[in-house]
Amino acid sequence: MKKVSYEQVVEAVARLCKESNYFLGEDVKAAFVEALEKEESPTGKDILRQLIKNAEIAAAEEVPMCQDTGVAVVFLEVGQDVQVEGGYLYDAIQEGVRKGYTEGYLRKSMVEDPFNRKNTGDNTPAIIHTRIVPGDKLKITVAPKGGGSENMSAIAMLPPAAGLEGAKKFIVDTVRKAGPNPCPPIVVGVGIGGNFEKAALMAKEALLRPLGQPNPSPEVAALEKDLLEEINKLGIGPQGLGGRTTALAVHVEIHPCHIASLPVAVNINCHASRHKSISL
Amino acid sequence: MADRYITPPLTDEMVEELRIGDQVYISGVLYTARDAAHKRLVELLDAGKPLPVDLKGQIIYYVGPSPAKPGQVIGSAGPTTSYRMDAYAPRLLEIGLKGMIGKGSRNQEVKDAIVRHKGVYFAAVGGAAALISKCIKKAEVIAYPDLGPEAIRRLEVENLPVIVVNDAHGGDLYEEGVKKYGIPT
Repeated sequence: MKKVSYEQVVEAVARLCKESNYFLGEDVKAAFVEALEKEESPTGKDILRQLIKNAEIAAAEEVPMCQDTGVAVVFLEVGQDVQVEGGYLYDAIQEGVRKGYTEGYLRKSMVEDPFNRKNTGDNTPAIIHTRIVPGDKLKITVAPKGGGSENMSAIAMLPPAAGLEGAKKFIVDTVRKAGPNPCPPIVVGVGIGGNFEKAALMAKEALLRPLGQPNPSPEVAALEKDLLEEINKLGIGPQGLGGRTTALAVHVEIHPCHIASLPVAVNINCHASRHKSISL
Repeated sequence: MADRYITPPLTDEMVEELRIGDQVYISGVLYTARDAAHKRLVELLDAGKPLPVDLKGQIIYYVGPSPAKPGQVIGSAGPTTSYRMDAYAPRLLEIGLKGMIGKGSRNQEVKDAIVRHKGVYFAAVGGAAALISKCIKKAEVIAYPDLGPEAIRRLEVENLPVIVVNDAHGGDLYEEGVKKYGIPT
């Protein structure tokens, strides 16, 4: 049994909150550069250049790349042979978020009640998703998620007769409706199958996959390629001002489902596709 | 499409010169307000009370900045999505607000109010928050400090780059962009 201390978790989470907001992933930066080569709209090109420059400033000065430093979404992969010592794991996560958002001058965006809207002041609570896995590692991923793009996400409980075409139509229509609002070029996470909550969780997890890495299943990879092409025909373009680069990537995850169901969830991420991981 | 340099307060004539697609550099004073601050401003108007800031001829920037690090004027400060302010914007245009800066599309009521009251809606680059903060030379909270990132701030800016999306003549750059680059399937 491997032991991980409460403090180690707090420190790791605090660091990941800061680093994910300051340092854009190499995969996203590479996708910007590739998009810049393909983009036909002069305004679109100019915006992509600004996004590259913005990422450079944020990293150099260690400031948030976007003022919306998001809900702290935390994915845990807990090896079944890991023991957390000195306190409750979830408390350590919340303390790490509190520490990271405060020390890192990150914006606190969580309100304590959806109706009274009083800010909690420290960006807690984080939203935590836990998976128990084999082994003795504790993997923590912090994925700050902005409100603008999250608000454009959608789920449909389609009838099975809708089939692949129905699912594709819902995904493309969701992006069309989102238009300029979620800060394109976007990353589109899709979950198909499972049930209502499984589809939504898969859509969010799909956003964690490195850009440009297709789903291992050739059929799903072909669907991703097809969807990306369809979405980039919409003409929405960088910041919605028109252009070829509406999405940088579409990532699809699928799962078995009930004979009556065909759930399709679309989680839209802005161009600041942020996430950082650590294994303890 | 032209490069233009403007300083608020804006007049009807200044606004009428702006056309969709124009790249505009704003210098001078802007006021920040987003969801919760807008709600309070409109509640004051409904109650017939004065606003904490005179908005005549002014521009509101929809932003909730991140906290300033030591030595910084303001933290990262990119635009937030504008449609959430659609419920309040026509009311503020009616009392003399001239400009709004945000990102994303506005509803028909706001677009109509922009034409009726000779206003303008600008988009700043969403997410380019570290870059945009470089144009902000001074920032102070002037109302609703309890709202934290949503408090109303008075900003002094220099050459803040924005693009005209909805002009006083009814133009909509987002619709034009999709028309120009959309490929029918």
